[in-house]
Formats: sequence, structure tokens, C-alpha cells
Amino acid sequence: MSDLEAFREEVRAFLEEHAPKSLRGTSPCGPFDGYWGGKKHPPVDPDVLRWRDVCYERGFTAPTWPREYGGAGLSRKHAAILWEEMRAMGLPRPVVGFGFAMIGPTLLEYGSEELKREHLPKIARGEIRWCQGYSEPGAGSDLANVQMRAERDGDHFILNGQKIWTSHADKSDWIFCLVRTNSSAKKQQGITFILVDMETPGVTPRKIDLISGSSPFCETFFENVRVPVRNVVGEIDKGWTVGKALLAHERANIGSSIGRMPGSGQRELVDRARRHLAWSEGKIEDAVLREQIAELGMIEEAFQLTLDRVAQKAQSGNPGSESSILKVVATELKQRRYELGQAIGGLQSLGWEGPGFDADDLAFTREWLRSRANTIEGGSSEIQRNIIAKQVLGLPEVK
Amino acid sequence: MLAETARKLVEGKAKVARIRELRRPDHPTGFSRELFAEMAELGFTALSIPEDFGGMGLGLFDLAQILESLGRELAPEPVLTTAVLGAVPLLRGGSDDQKQWFLPSLAAGETVVTLALDEAGMRDRWFSPKTRLERSAEGFALSGEKIQVADALVADAFIVTCESPSGLALALVDAKAPGVSIERQFRVDSRAVGIVRFDGVAVRESDLLQGDARAILQETLDRAAVALSAEMLGAAEKAFADTVGYLKERVQFGVPIGSFQALQHRAATLYCELQLLRSAVMAAARAADEAPEAFPRLAALAKATANETFLHVAKEAIQMHGGVGMTDEFDIGFYLKRAQAAAVTFGDTSHHRRRWAELNGY
Repeated sequence: MSDLEAFREEVRAFLEEHAPKSLRGTSPCGPFDGYWGGKKHPPVDPDVLRWRDVCYERGFTAPTWPREYGGAGLSRKHAAILWEEMRAMGLPRPVVGFGFAMIGPTLLEYGSEELKREHLPKIARGEIRWCQGYSEPGAGSDLANVQMRAERDGDHFILNGQKIWTSHADKSDWIFCLVRTNSSAKKQQGITFILVDMETPGVTPRKIDLISGSSPFCETFFENVRVPVRNVVGEIDKGWTVGKALLAHERANIGSSIGRMPGSGQRELVDRARRHLAWSEGKIEDAVLREQIAELGMIEEAFQLTLDRVAQKAQSGNPGSESSILKVVATELKQRRYELGQAIGGLQSLGWEGPGFDADDLAFTREWLRSRANTIEGGSSEIQRNIIAKQVLGLPEVK
Repeated sequence: MLAETARKLVEGKAKVARIRELRRPDHPTGFSRELFAEMAELGFTALSIPEDFGGMGLGLFDLAQILESLGRELAPEPVLTTAVLGAVPLLRGGSDDQKQWFLPSLAAGETVVTLALDEAGMRDRWFSPKTRLERSAEGFALSGEKIQVADALVADAFIVTCESPSGLALALVDAKAPGVSIERQFRVDSRAVGIVRFDGVAVRESDLLQGDARAILQETLDRAAVALSAEMLGAAEKAFADTVGYLKERVQFGVPIGSFQALQHRAATLYCELQLLRSAVMAAARAADEAPEAFPRLAALAKATANETFLHVAKEAIQMHGGVGMTDEFDIGFYLKRAQAAAVTFGDTSHHRRRWAELNGY
């Protein structure tokens, strides 16, 4: 038996013994399906915490991280087996969130030993929930234009400014931020990557409503917020490199979370077609909609196969330009899925709330509206295409 | 290994520009006999034929990689015809005699057997041919007309889909049999296809392939669709690579046109589509060998994706080349012509989407 097969056996035995019965068959085990953790988390089913604890003891909440930081020191191949087996049992990941998916891997690469020891075990245990302080009102696609000021005062920086699109800021304990430490240098060169405790006086998150209604998005205001200099990740003024590495993790997660349930988009559309369209002899009567569902189902499958292919090919631990390809395809696919679902729903797809609409249709309509953000957040499709054109195709810079 | 050999061969001796020579009306075959012999020598035709019949016993996955390499330069040599259209029906439905007679010489590239499939107005109703097989004193008489038969000019025998008294049948007919006539057709993609007419051709019981004709034909069509998709993948990738190369070298307004974002974004979109196509083709070819239950669905996926992507790439390739892309002197136009021909062969996009829907239960 190969090492990988032996490990699979070991994982199966572990899950069979330790995975709470109540959680089995409940989750697609995607990178954002599970316990988000943090001090402000509302009370949860004790089985969720029990599941987290047994996994944490084995290093299975963050399996590829070194043992000294709360991981299991596994290779990516071994970790993939762990997720596969959890998915096969329909188990949620024991801990999810921006800590595990974004700041964790970034700290491993760029963080000081002190920061790694302070934060990584807490992330792996889901004790601290993280949010992202990147965009500002004047720094969207032009992210390097961040203006939030950080002025040195002895062992501290004093932060003033505003971050926007800080998802879940109201539920988070810490935020990782890009701040301006030098405004005389070229714009990419005066940026610093810093970690901020949301409890620090002067930090104020506020929720943002979207076209789809209430949302996890927030804006976060910083007024004379004192942050220790030791919370800088990487070097002062060189945070752009760190920030870009984190973005690749973000894109890869968006891509793979959309592709996490093979065939689910098609299944959902066919279910919708059963409720809203006429059928005869086991076929959807409307030939155009039927063909459009097939077209979408095929793109979905080809995308899933591409995710598998990229996963097999990936040698290094960090996502590169392929994450841009996955992000573009996944988000545009998701939007088309909702557009088609709305077409299938007809008048029933128009409900906002109240009588005459069932809960599934109402939720679908909100998701349709929400999906418009997918090609904007995490680097717009236009930015991703810039990356593909330059980094993959080697096309020249725009003059 | 073989794929690399194939790639070197086409890059060395089979650049797409030779189509200008091959397409001339007085060219006897529409492909290079010498090059085809060399391909056979290298094992391209033997690859997927079982070792018992002089082949190498490899699968569709390996064949697909060869075809992808040939596709890059739109090489018209009858590798797909021999290895799929001829060999697959014979392997599935041939009698021992037929297999012993044909398969070793197919593997050696000495014989060409092709499928006489399409008829005027048939579109994708391949299971209801108008070509008739009727009882006669000696056995059967075959009558009908097939169009755009691949490599008809050089075929030694045809496998003819026809309607017999007991339903769909596949008849193996010698190209030189009395009553068979072949007329060359000229297509946009310069492939040497032909009209094949059967005028009361005598067919013996033993000339009919055995077993479930529908199943044999379906499997042949699925495999042909995937094989052609592999060829289309290679062609689309090459057309794209040439186009990206042109974007870097063509200067307008004092800068390479590849620095314009309008073109960069379209190129990036094509690149993403090509990634999905590659995944679909590889998965389908692998399933033919390893996961037969998933194969029909994946074959539909591969061909529909190849149709859409190759055409999209070929159209954009011409647009991005601008005026020179329209000239016969530039090679890029060959890819658009081939894309259109390939897209309507072995099932157009609409056909494969309907098939996908059926296989998925809606």
C-alpha cells in the first residue's frame, strides 16, 4: 500500500470514529462551508465545537500548516485526501474563514516568528475570526492607491482612514490591512501590511446594504487607532508584495468554492425547471431553455475538470496566475447560472418578499442579485484578465 | 513520447501552408502519401489497435494526443479515419475473418477503411439512413448515396450505414465492387471528401457487421467525436498561439497592438476557454479507456466544447490579424475553414447539448 493509500485508510478510520453523527451528510465541505469561529460567534451546536476540537488535536483543521503552529504538517496531496474523505461523508470543514484561507497562508510565508506563534494556532482553532481591510473608496481596482494613513509614533503606528467591503467586519476580531506608510514613494512602494485588533479604540465597522438587501459587507472607519509596529507583516513600506500574495489565495478560494459541488448548478436549474416549466415525455418542452441548461451544465463540468487538472498539476504550495483563470470562469459561470434560473422562474422570479412567492424562489432572486458582485469582488474580471494577458500570455504593458 | 514525435513530425514536415498544394483539384489524394506512410511507420495507425491484430493496444487517450499534434497544423492524413472510423466498427462488429483481413493492414497504414455515414438532408438522424439494403437472389443489394465521406478517394472499403429489412445495419463494402462510384467533393477546409453512390451493390450476409448495429454506430460516433475534438483542441491552441504572437509583433499607433486592453481581454477570454476545452477533451479520452459509463456524457461535452471554442478562437484570430487575416496568403484563415467543417462533423453543438440533456435526465 502506498503512503497516500495508507493515509486515506487512516483518515477514514479517524472520521468513522470521531466525526459527530449529527454533522454527517450536512455539508459540501467547501473552503467556506463550516465553522467560522471567533469571539463574537453566536452559540452553536456543541457537536460543531466537538468536531473542531478532535480535528484540531490531530492538526486537521489546517492540515498543511506545520505542527508547531497548530497544523499537521501534511503535504497538499495528503490534505486533498483529507478533504475528499470529509466531503465523501458530507462533513463540514472543522474551521473555515479568512483566517484559515487567506491571512494564515500569508503569515506562514511572510510573518515574523512572533506573529506566527501568536496567531496561527488561534486561527487553526477558530478562536479568532479575521476580516480583510484592503479596498477604500478611492482604491478599488486600483488597489495600490490606498490612502489610509499610518504614522509612526515610537513603537506604534497611528491609523486614520476608511476601509470598504470589509466583509463580516462586524463579526470579526481582527482585521488585516494595507496602509500608507510613505506617500512620497511610488504608490506600490509606500504600502505596509499590518494586523489590527478590532477591539482597539477608534475602530468602527458599519454594515452596507446591497442591491440584494442586507449583506455581510461593511465599511470600517479608523480614527487615531494605535497599532504596535510588531504587527507589521513583512517589511515596512513593502506590504504590496505581501498583499498581492494574499490576493492569489483569495482568488483561488473564490474559484474553488464555486466549483465545490460538481453538477450542483445544473441540478438546481433542472429542479427549478421541474417547478416552473412544462415537461413532456421526461423532457423540458421549451427547447431553447433546455439547451441553455445543457450549455451551462457542460461549462460547469468542464470547469470542474479544470479544477481537478489544476490541482493535480500544482507543485508549489501557492496559487499563481491559474487562480485568475479559475476566478474569471467560476464567477461568470455562477452569474449565468442565476440568470438562467431567473429566466426559468419567469414571473415567480420577481419576488422581493411577502405573499405569492415561495421561500426558495425568494432566496434564489436575492442570490441572483448578489451574484452580480462575484465578477467585481476579489479583483474584478477585468483585473483578472489583465493578469492573464500579462503574466500568462506575455502581452506587453499598456503604454 | 509518441505525442512528442507527432509534434516534431508536423512541425518539421507538415506545416499548415502545404494545404495550398494539397487542395489543388488535380491533387490525387488531398494528403501526402509519403507522410502518411511515415506516420504509420511511427505507429500512429497501429496505436489503438489490439496487439493480437498487429497493433500497439493503447487507448483513445494516447490516440487523442497524436491527433492533437496533427491538428495543430491541420494535417489531413487519414489517421483518425483509419484508427476510429475504420477500426472501431470492425473491432466491435467484425467477424474473425474481417478482423484478420483488415485490422493488421489498417495498423500498418496499408489499407484505408472509412465510414459512409452522412446523407443529404440527414443532419444527425444517423440511425435512420435512406440507403437501403434489400434482399436479392445472391443475398442483399445496397442502394443509396452518401455525401462528404472522409477519405473516399483513397478508401479500400466503406462501412456503410443502411436500413436493412431488420433495421439499421453496417455493411462492409469493397470500394472496387461493381455499382460503387466515387465523386470528389471540394470543401472549404480542403479535406478530400467525396460522394459515394451505391447502385444495387451486391452484399453478402457475411459482409454485414455482427451484433447491435445501433450500439456499434453510437460507440463509433462517440469515439470519433472525441478524436475529432482532440484534433480541434490542437488546432485551436495553435491558431491562438499564432494570434498572440501576432499581437506582440504587429505595431500600430507606434506600439504593439497586444498592449491594447481591448485585445488583451479578448485574448484572455480565449485562453480561459481553451483551458476548459483541454480539460474536457482529456477527461473524455481517458473515460473511453477507464470509465465507459461516463464516456457518452463526456464525449458530448468534449465535442460541444470543441465546436464552440475552436470556432470562437478562429473567428477572433482573423479579427485580431486584421486585413492580412482575410488574405489567402496568410495561414490563419485555414483554421476558420477547418473549425466550421469540424463543428458540423460527428454532431454539431446543438446535437451534443440535446444528447447531454437526455443523458442527464431532462
